[in-house]
Amino acid sequence: MLQWLPENVSTFGGEIDSLFYLIYYITAATFVLVTVLMVLFLVMFREQPGRRATYSHGNTSLEIIWTIIPAAILIVLSFMSVSTWAKVKRQAPDSDFELQVAAKQFNWEVVYPGADGKFGTDDDVKFDNDLHVPVNKVVRVQLSAKDVIHSFFLPNLRLKQDAVPGRTILVWFEATKPGKYEIPCAELCGFGHSGMKGWLHVHTPEEYAKWAGENLAAKAQ
Amino acid sequence: MSDTAAAGAAQVAHGHHEELGFLRTYVFSTDHKMIGRQFLFLGLFMLLIGGLLAMMVRWQLAWPETPVPGASWIPEPYLYDGVIPPNTYNSLFTMHATIMIFFVVMPIMVGSFGNFLIPLMIGTRDMAFPKLNLLSFWVGAVSGVIMLASFFVAGGPAASGWTGYATLSARAQYTGVEWGQNLWIISLLILGISSLMGSINYITTIINMRAPGMTYFRMPLTIWSLFITAILLLLALPVLTAALAMLLFDRTLGTSFFLPEGGGEPLLWQHMFWFFGHPEVYILVLPAMGVTSDLLSTFSRKPIFGYHAMAFSMIAIAFLSWTVWGHHMFVSGMNPLLGTAFMMTTMVIAVPSAIKTFNWLGTLWGGSIRLTTPMLFALGFVSNFLIGGLSGIFMASTPVDIFIHDTYYIVAHFHYVVAGIIFALFAAVYYWFPKMFGRMMNEGLGKIHFVLTYIFFNGAFFPMHFLGVGGHMRRIYNPMQYEFLQPMQHWNVFITVSALILGASQVFFLFNFFWSLFAGKKAERNPWQANTLEWVAPTPTPHGNFEVQPVVYRGPYEYSSPEVKEDWLPQDKNLGTGAAARAH
Repeated sequence: MLQWLPENVSTFGGEIDSLFYLIYYITAATFVLVTVLMVLFLVMFREQPGRRATYSHGNTSLEIIWTIIPAAILIVLSFMSVSTWAKVKRQAPDSDFELQVAAKQFNWEVVYPGADGKFGTDDDVKFDNDLHVPVNKVVRVQLSAKDVIHSFFLPNLRLKQDAVPGRTILVWFEATKPGKYEIPCAELCGFGHSGMKGWLHVHTPEEYAKWAGENLAAKAQ
Repeated sequence: MSDTAAAGAAQVAHGHHEELGFLRTYVFSTDHKMIGRQFLFLGLFMLLIGGLLAMMVRWQLAWPETPVPGASWIPEPYLYDGVIPPNTYNSLFTMHATIMIFFVVMPIMVGSFGNFLIPLMIGTRDMAFPKLNLLSFWVGAVSGVIMLASFFVAGGPAASGWTGYATLSARAQYTGVEWGQNLWIISLLILGISSLMGSINYITTIINMRAPGMTYFRMPLTIWSLFITAILLLLALPVLTAALAMLLFDRTLGTSFFLPEGGGEPLLWQHMFWFFGHPEVYILVLPAMGVTSDLLSTFSRKPIFGYHAMAFSMIAIAFLSWTVWGHHMFVSGMNPLLGTAFMMTTMVIAVPSAIKTFNWLGTLWGGSIRLTTPMLFALGFVSNFLIGGLSGIFMASTPVDIFIHDTYYIVAHFHYVVAGIIFALFAAVYYWFPKMFGRMMNEGLGKIHFVLTYIFFNGAFFPMHFLGVGGHMRRIYNPMQYEFLQPMQHWNVFITVSALILGASQVFFLFNFFWSLFAGKKAERNPWQANTLEWVAPTPTPHGNFEVQPVVYRGPYEYSSPEVKEDWLPQDKNLGTGAAARAH
């Protein structure tokens, strides 16, 4: 099943995928165990002439065992999840590469700060739906929404964050491989929700420098 | 008929009341059994509508922008020569979910079986408040009419998802839907009133009117589940009502509860909605769990494994259901620390469900199992609920949820748990049909219905896990618009074909149900040889239910008891004491 995961090109994606696989193995094993037992019992204990069902109200020791074991597994899984969640959502690393992305019906409006490094000044450069970033660099995105809730989803970077009107949310990622990756909107945002998508272009440092030279410096308005 | 007729000795069937006439018997009845049947017919009718809406959604996903067969008569702007436009698509899945949750599962599991079974299973003559009961059905029916009417207003029906997130739902201009969304809100406000009336009745009846000898821990688990569900409804619905009222005011009165430009907070809607919404999904599943427990025990001819644990685990689920709502909001923008907290509570709530699953297995072990149609569907509940519950663990882990939130992984998860509920719903219909309608449904057709439904249900929903793992988003109208989704499109086709066959297979149920109403084999009083009190009442069951007030001597699960030679022992059977009892 997990063969369908899109290629991971995110520094924190491996941790997320590991958790995904771990949970998959545990749940698959549980599913097989319970299903096999169920089918076995249905066959072994089908009604047969001359045999009466076992008159038993239960077994407390067994119940304790099958309460404690699942509880322990689930508690361990939650503790294992804490650090990755914190890393992605609460511990954005510092970086000099920061963008603004404003979601609106039905576009991602991307803003580069321009040479002065500040947003809201005359040298800001705006794009619709295209983010260009260099590989192996922490990218910080100030995410906002202009009308309704949208959701900034980068499948290959294992990143998703709802963009909420009235707030700016900081999101970060670091891509490990150049390529072109889709940025679908993942929260119903109206009749144009389907097809609302952008493109993340991850460049080698040389390609990025070339792109920035052509698109960021020249377009200062 | 006066309910103040001498309470003590008069808990007997009224054999001699005046003729009530057609309207008072079939339309405006205060008899819990008739009201139960009315809820069932309402729910089954809505199931057809909800199912058709789903078929249209699936058509569009498999073959985007092709005309839906048989739909060319639907005019613009709903469809364009049978082709579904994006606006309509958003309404289709919104109304599919709204109808299935609020007008199918709740009316049937809670409204129908709650009403029909509670007085019968606890051994009393009717609900505590029969007139309130009548009101609860008709208010619910009015709510249904309003919801259906919303299809026909200018701008079309609601299109913000059944979850109705603000700000999309808070301003008509964001969707182009105006009165459709308002009517959606008003319908649900009114339905909440209906459910509250029902809850008051159920809780009062169960607390006050149990037969002599029926202690709480001699109640069948079906009743436990309905009791707990009624309490959850009582506490959760007011929150939804408040949120809906606030949304309606934002839309129509210029308030800004959820609109940031007026100082409001979009996330407030989500918190309020899910604070109701999470207990709501347990409201949906608990009756199914109760019914499954009863049926597994009856058809294994064995006591339920761990009766007390089964009751306490339902109480635990209900209590914990208030603590997990934020797991719907991990990436919503709420403080990530809350995410960690809600992850912990969500992992915990999986434990009581796990206990129940193992106890169901334990009930089967050592049994003498009869694979009747109701039993097959009850086993289907266990199987589907198992998959649905296990898939929930993935989304409970916050980092994994970053990826699978708002994808088809979630859609797969909730359909599996809801499917579980539908299987339990079918089990309950086949099982209690003899008591409700005095006839048996056909076993052969029932088994065909089961096999087809089980196979094609899994065919439709299991591959949705693959789509979700691939990142396929929810609520999109054309997957082919995304390059990364195109390689998985064959799954969408497979799912749709399975879903269409699943839909078509229900004809076996519909035919069986309606044909059996008129021509089914007449049912004996206790065709399943079950222990619970509803089977003590005569078939057909008159007003007042029991010829003699039942007295309860034991729990509901004394199957294969050493005290008697039969493999069942009704709750009200008096074995006497001493040598006379041993001789049975």
